[in-house]
Amino acid sequence: MIGATHYVVLSLILFCLGLVGVMMRRNFITVLMSLELMFNAVNLNLIAFSFRLSDLAGQVLAIFVITVAAAEAAIGLGLIIALVRLKDTVDLDQADEMRG
Amino acid sequence: MKLYDFIWLVPLFPLIGAAFNGFVSNRRGLSKKTTHTVALLGAGAAWIYGWAAILQWFFTEDRTQPYVVKAFTWITGGELAIEGGRTAAVDIAASFQVDPLSAVMVGFVSFVGFLIHLYSVGYMHDEPDREYARYFAYLNLFMFAMLTLVTGSNLPVLFVGWEGVGLCSYLLIGFYFKKDWCAAAGMKAFIVNRIGDFGFILAIFVAFYYFGTLEFEGLFQAMGNDHHGHFAIAATIIGLLLFVGAMGKSAQIPLFVWLPDAMAGPTPVSALIHAATMVTAGVYMVARCNYFYQMSPTAMLVVAVIGGVTAVFAATIGLVQNDIKKVLAYSTVSQLGYMFLAAGVGAYVVAIFHVVTHAFFKACLFLGSGSVIHACGGEQDIRKMGGLKKYMPATYWTFLAATIAIAGFFPFAGFFSKDEILAKVFAAGYGDLNHNGGIYYLLWVLAVLGAVLTAFYMFRLVFLTFHGSFRGGEEAEHHLHESPWTMTLPLKVLGVLSIIGGFIGLPGHLWHHPEHNLIDGFLEPTVLHLEHGEHAAHPGLGLEFGLIALSLAAAGLGLAIAWRFYLMDPGYTRANYLARRFPLVYKLLLNKYWVDELYAATVIRGTVKLADLLWEFDSRVVDGAVNGIRHLTVGWSWLSGIFDLQIVDGLVNLVGTSYDAASRQFRRLQVGFAQGYAMVMVFGAALLLSIFFFVNL
Amino acid sequence: MEFLIANFVEILFYCLAVLTVAGGIGVLLFKSPVHAALSLLFTFVLVGALFLLRHAELLAAVQVLVYGGGIMVLFLFVIMLVNVKSLAAEQVFMSGIAPLAVVGGVLLGVLIAFGLVFGVLASGHGDGTALRSVDGEEIGNTEAIGAILYTKYLVPFEVVSVVLLVAMIGAIVFGRRSAALETGGGGGGP
Repeated sequence: MIGATHYVVLSLILFCLGLVGVMMRRNFITVLMSLELMFNAVNLNLIAFSFRLSDLAGQVLAIFVITVAAAEAAIGLGLIIALVRLKDTVDLDQADEMRG
Repeated sequence: MKLYDFIWLVPLFPLIGAAFNGFVSNRRGLSKKTTHTVALLGAGAAWIYGWAAILQWFFTEDRTQPYVVKAFTWITGGELAIEGGRTAAVDIAASFQVDPLSAVMVGFVSFVGFLIHLYSVGYMHDEPDREYARYFAYLNLFMFAMLTLVTGSNLPVLFVGWEGVGLCSYLLIGFYFKKDWCAAAGMKAFIVNRIGDFGFILAIFVAFYYFGTLEFEGLFQAMGNDHHGHFAIAATIIGLLLFVGAMGKSAQIPLFVWLPDAMAGPTPVSALIHAATMVTAGVYMVARCNYFYQMSPTAMLVVAVIGGVTAVFAATIGLVQNDIKKVLAYSTVSQLGYMFLAAGVGAYVVAIFHVVTHAFFKACLFLGSGSVIHACGGEQDIRKMGGLKKYMPATYWTFLAATIAIAGFFPFAGFFSKDEILAKVFAAGYGDLNHNGGIYYLLWVLAVLGAVLTAFYMFRLVFLTFHGSFRGGEEAEHHLHESPWTMTLPLKVLGVLSIIGGFIGLPGHLWHHPEHNLIDGFLEPTVLHLEHGEHAAHPGLGLEFGLIALSLAAAGLGLAIAWRFYLMDPGYTRANYLARRFPLVYKLLLNKYWVDELYAATVIRGTVKLADLLWEFDSRVVDGAVNGIRHLTVGWSWLSGIFDLQIVDGLVNLVGTSYDAASRQFRRLQVGFAQGYAMVMVFGAALLLSIFFFVNL
Repeated sequence: MEFLIANFVEILFYCLAVLTVAGGIGVLLFKSPVHAALSLLFTFVLVGALFLLRHAELLAAVQVLVYGGGIMVLFLFVIMLVNVKSLAAEQVFMSGIAPLAVVGGVLLGVLIAFGLVFGVLASGHGDGTALRSVDGEEIGNTEAIGAILYTKYLVPFEVVSVVLLVAMIGAIVFGRRSAALETGGGGGGP
C-alpha cells in the first residue's frame, strides 16, 4: 500500500532538492524556482497527512500555502526586476554589497 | 640639714659654672672678670661645700659604713642571667657616697682644683676673652667629672666621671688646637685613654656577671662574704681589666705615652689634670676596688710589677730631659708607678696617701714651672734658663720645697708617703706576700733605685733652672719677673702643704696606735681585710728604722750627685762628659727609649693597615655588592621592561589581534551572500532538530 | 496484466514519484532558466496528479491552475522581461558553495526523515471518505473544503486575502520605474 510514508519520503527528496537549489544556484530566478519546489514538497506532505488522518485541515492549510506562495513569488519576481534595473544582472555572486 | 645628703651638689656647682662659661661667656664674649668669677665660684663652691659636707658627715655618721645618696635612677632594665644560675635586675642609679676614701679624694681634689683655678686667672690672662671663657668652661667641666668620679657609689657613675675627665683632658690638651702638635697630642691622649677604657668597660660587664650589682658596697660585701675563694677567678679577671683602665688613665707601661705629649696643654692643665687629679683616678679606682685585688694574688702582682717597673723606667727618661714640663711629666709617671706599687702590695691606704701628698707637691711643681715659663716668655728649655732664683723668689722657694718633698726628705710630705711605700714593699718581700716574696724584694730594690733617680733629676731641674747664671739671652733676661699674686698664692699654699701635708701619716706610735697612723685609721674601713693577711710576718721596729734610714740615704745620694753635677759645676762638664761617654745610653734616654716610634711602627701601622684593608673591603666587596645590586636592579628593570613591553603589551595586543582575526572570520559570514545566510539557517535548523531528537528519544 | 491492475496505484505512484524527482533535479541542474522553468512546470503538474491520488481533488485543480497557470507564467514573463541569457556553464552554481550546501541539505533531510519515520508515522492507510464529507454526508471534496474554509478557518482565510493584497501592492511598487531604481538615467519619471 502506498502510505503516508511514501509520500513523506518523496516530499523530503523534493524538499532537499529545493533546498540545495536555493543555496546553490547562482541565478536569482532559478533560486525562486527552487523555492517553489520546496513549497510543493510541503504541500505534498500536508496532503498525505490529511489523507492519513482523515482531516480536511491539511488540505485547507495546503490552500493557504499555495496562496502565500503565489504572493511571495510575485514579490520575488518584483525584486528580480528591481535588481536587474540596479545592477543589470541576476547573478547573485555580484549581489554582495551588503557585506560586513 | 645634712649637707652630705646633697653630696651630688659638689660636682654640680662646677658643672653649672662650666655651662655658663661655655654657653654664655663663650658665645657672647663676656669679660674675663665675669668668666673667672663664675669659674671660681663653681670651683670654690665645690670646695667649700665639699669640705663642709664632709666635716659634717665626719662628726655625724658612722664612718665605717659608706653613706650612699641616690640622686635618681639612671638605667633600669630587665632581669639578666648571671653566673651561678642566678638572675639580677639591671638597676643602676646615679648615686653618690660619702665614705672615708671619697672624703679624702673630694677633700684634696676640690681644694687643689680651686687653687689651680685661681692660678689660671693669672696664667691665662693674655688669652682673648672667648678663649679664656672656653678654658674655664673646660676646667670647670673637668672638676665636675673628677668629683663625680670620686663621689660615685657604683662603677657606672665612676665610669661617667672617668670618661668625663678623659674628655676634658682631650679638650684641654688640645686647647691651642690651632697648633697641629697640640691637637695631635690631645687626640693621642684620648685614644690611648680609650684603650684603657675598653678594659674598664669589660671589667664592668664581668663584675655584673659575677655579682649582679655594680655598687661598691655590694661588691665589697660579696667579696667579703666569699670565704671559699669562689670568686677568686672573677676577682683576677676584674682586677686585671680594671687595671688596664688604670694603665691608660694613670699612664703606666705600656699606655703612658700620652702623658709627656699632654704637656702641650696650658701649664695649669698639666698641674691639675696630669699631676694632681686625673692621673690619680686610676689609683683611686684600684683602692676603691681593693677587694678584688685582695682576693687575687695574680692581679696584685701584675699591678705591683707594672707600677715598679714604670717608676724606674720613667725616672730614667726624666734624667736627661731638657724641657721643664717633660721632666715633671716623667716624674709624674714615675710617682704614679710608686702608687701602683704600693697598691700591688696591698697598701692601698699608703697609695692614697701618696696620691694626696703627690697632688700637693706635683701641683706646686707644675704651677711653679708655669710661673717660670711665664717669666721666660714661653721658654721651656731649661738649658736656656738659670739663675732665676733672684728674679722669682716665691716661685723658687715653693719649687724647692716641693722638690725636697718629692725627693722624700724628712719631714716633708713626700717622705712619709714614699717611705711608707718602700716599707710596705719591703714588708711584702719580707713577709712573702702571696708567696711572691722574691719578686717583691726585687721590686723594692727597684723602688729604692727609683728614689735615687727621683732625687737626682728633680734637683737637677732645680739647679739648672734657678741656680747658676741665666743662659737665655739678654733680651729675655730683661723680662724676668715674679708672677702675680693669683699665681704665687696657690704656689705658697701648695708649698706649705708639701711641707706639712705628711703629718697625717705620722707613725701611729706617736699617737698610741701601734699599727695605724691617722690616715691609716681613717681609711681602714674601706679596705677589705683578709684573715690570713694579718698574720704575715712584719719587719720589726729596728728593721723599719733601718729602712727609713736607707730611703733617706737614697734621696741624699741623688741630691749629692745632682749637687756635684749641676751646682758645683758651672759648665756642667761632668754631666756633658757622661753624656759623651755613654752616647748610646744618653740617646736611648733622651729619645724615651723610642717607645713612641715603636708604637708608630707596630701598633699604629698595623691599625692603619687594618683600616686600609677594611676600606678596601668596603670599597670592593660592600660597594661592589651595592653596585652589583645596582646592576642587578638595572638589569632586572630592563628585563621587566622587556617583559612589560613584549609580554604584557603582547598579550594586550594579542587580545586585540585575536578579536580582529575573529571578527575578520566572522565578517566573512556577512558577505552579502544571501544564500550563505540560508545555508547557515539550514545548519541551525539541523542543529535544533538534532537537539530535539536527542532530548526526546 | 493482473499484476498491473492489482497494483495499479502503487505503480502509478512510483512512476509519478520518479518523474517528480526528475523534474526537481531538472530545476536544480538546468543552466537555462527557461529550461528550469519548464522543468518546474512539469513538476507542478505531476504533484497535482499526486494530490489526486490522495483524494485531494480541489487541491489538485488549484495546484495546476495557480502554480502552473499563474506562477509559472509569471516566471516566464519575468525571464523574458529581463532578457536573461544563460549563464556560462561554470556559473550555474554559486562559487565555492557546492560541497557545503549538499552536505547541509542532505543532513537536514536525513534528520527530518529520522524524526518523521520514527516519531510520528505508524503504517496504516486512511481512507478518503472524510475528505469528501460534510457532516457525514458525502458531497464532494470541493464542497467539503468550502464548508470548513468559510466557517472554521474563516479568519486565516481573511488574513491570507490581506496578504494577497499586500503582495499585489508590493509587486506594483517593485515594478515601478522610479528614479531611485534606475541605474542610468537622471530625471524623475512616474
